[in-house]
Amino acid sequence: MYTQILIAGFGGQGVLFAGKVLAYKGLEEEKQISWLPSYGPEMRGGTANCSVIISDTPVGSPIVSEPDILIVMNLPSLDKYESAVKSGGSVFIDSTLIERRVERTDISAHYIPATKMARDLGIPTLANMIMTGKVIRETEVIGMDGLRDALAKTVSAKHQDLIDANLRAIEAGFNYSE
Amino acid sequence: MAKVLMKGNEAIAEAAIRAGCRHYFGYPITPQTEIAAYMAKRMPKIGGTFLQAESEISAINMVYGVSSAGLRVMTSSSSPGVSLKQEGISYLAGSDLPALIVNVQRGGPGLGGIQPSQSDYFQATKGGGHGDYHLIVLAPASVQEMADLTVKAFDLSDKYRMPAMLLADGTMGQMMEPVELPPESDGKAVEKPWAVTGTENRREHNIINSLYLVPEQLEVKNFERYERYKEVEKNETLFEEYMTDDADVIVVAFGIAARVSKNAITAAREKGIKAGLIRPITLWPFPSEAIAKAADRVKGFVSVELSMGQMIEDIRLAESCKKPVSLCNRTGGMIPSPEQVLKAIEDMEGGRF
Repeated sequence: MYTQILIAGFGGQGVLFAGKVLAYKGLEEEKQISWLPSYGPEMRGGTANCSVIISDTPVGSPIVSEPDILIVMNLPSLDKYESAVKSGGSVFIDSTLIERRVERTDISAHYIPATKMARDLGIPTLANMIMTGKVIRETEVIGMDGLRDALAKTVSAKHQDLIDANLRAIEAGFNYSE
Repeated sequence: MAKVLMKGNEAIAEAAIRAGCRHYFGYPITPQTEIAAYMAKRMPKIGGTFLQAESEISAINMVYGVSSAGLRVMTSSSSPGVSLKQEGISYLAGSDLPALIVNVQRGGPGLGGIQPSQSDYFQATKGGGHGDYHLIVLAPASVQEMADLTVKAFDLSDKYRMPAMLLADGTMGQMMEPVELPPESDGKAVEKPWAVTGTENRREHNIINSLYLVPEQLEVKNFERYERYKEVEKNETLFEEYMTDDADVIVVAFGIAARVSKNAITAAREKGIKAGLIRPITLWPFPSEAIAKAADRVKGFVSVELSMGQMIEDIRLAESCKKPVSLCNRTGGMIPSPEQVLKAIEDMEGGRF
């Protein structure tokens, strides 16, 4: 297995954090991992993305240009990366923020109203984790067991009290049926 | 020890601390600021010095001071900041002082951009500052190597009394990978009888200096230094060979370019093209012998670089222009794609270059 994941959205949506959760969980599962963020003048409001590779074999280039899994949390990201997804790959779309459907027919598309779900659950900043939950459900790129340990490593020491909310969001996404 | 996930920049900082470095001087610049941030957090807790200087020039001269006292010391920056340090680097070399300088490269020239680059190759390997001198230049291609080569750089620098440079790029600095951190050491394995540590009235003064007004003396100094450089070239050249045994086309690439090239080599092999990689780990000393040997059995070389073509000159010198060398590059903060490298391999294999 050599899974290439691209997560994209606005800065502030937790795109890099979602990638880190996948990476830490992959590490716990003794997989080979790379995590590469876009960096630059793109905090809050600009576009942000990160490349994550989870693999059984050593990771070559850490840059994901043809993702197996694309997670998009805004329209510009879907417009930009839809054509890049590997044939047979999957796209995960925050349908609260992106109204259009995927045009390609050779990839599977999943629509999750993550931003609305997060708001309804009282955890409005955790749409990223709802998306992550759905990705785990549909792709099995990482497992659900032991996610708490991975989260404990991802979340900074002073925010450890937020682990439960993150887990709740992941479970909500995992259990969401379209 | 268990592996941890770390950014390349953080791995450099933690490895430096574990190598016994307790003095860091720097000035912030993207994409290496995490090194300074990490040092700012850790150094005060372990009795070390973190100091954000008023400029890069100031920081490198603080490095000169600590190194003169015989202690492990480092600075880090990115391309424009490293240009500012060149005077100090030349003085370190001229005074035979060990030190670690980290350059997490970004696109240039001038203020350039903040995206990854390898266009400081000339500056790192051919001088940069004035005068006859070399740095030991190490080029990591993974977060693990960011840690391991940091330790190596300190060790070699102490051993040969010359500054060492870790030449990384924005990708290596920003990416996270699992890393097994090196063991703790006090960094005092090499005796430094030349250091200015106070005579206690028991010995002659030690003088750290790069000024020699009598040309005969300066010439002797330079000759001596180059004898040491010869030893470094003989003993310390490092490189990785990947699928080169039967290769018709050999890609030469370091750092992130080597990572991309491995993908291209896998793709080429799937198409039946025998491609391989020589990855210089030390850029100075350059693995010239490995390239010269390979020249006898390959059709040609492809130099993959994030620059307008700098290392390609060293490849041509190494193989004495026996075989063609093509350039596959992007610049200004762009990174070649595996497809671009694959095409360059196919062109070389088919005699189109």
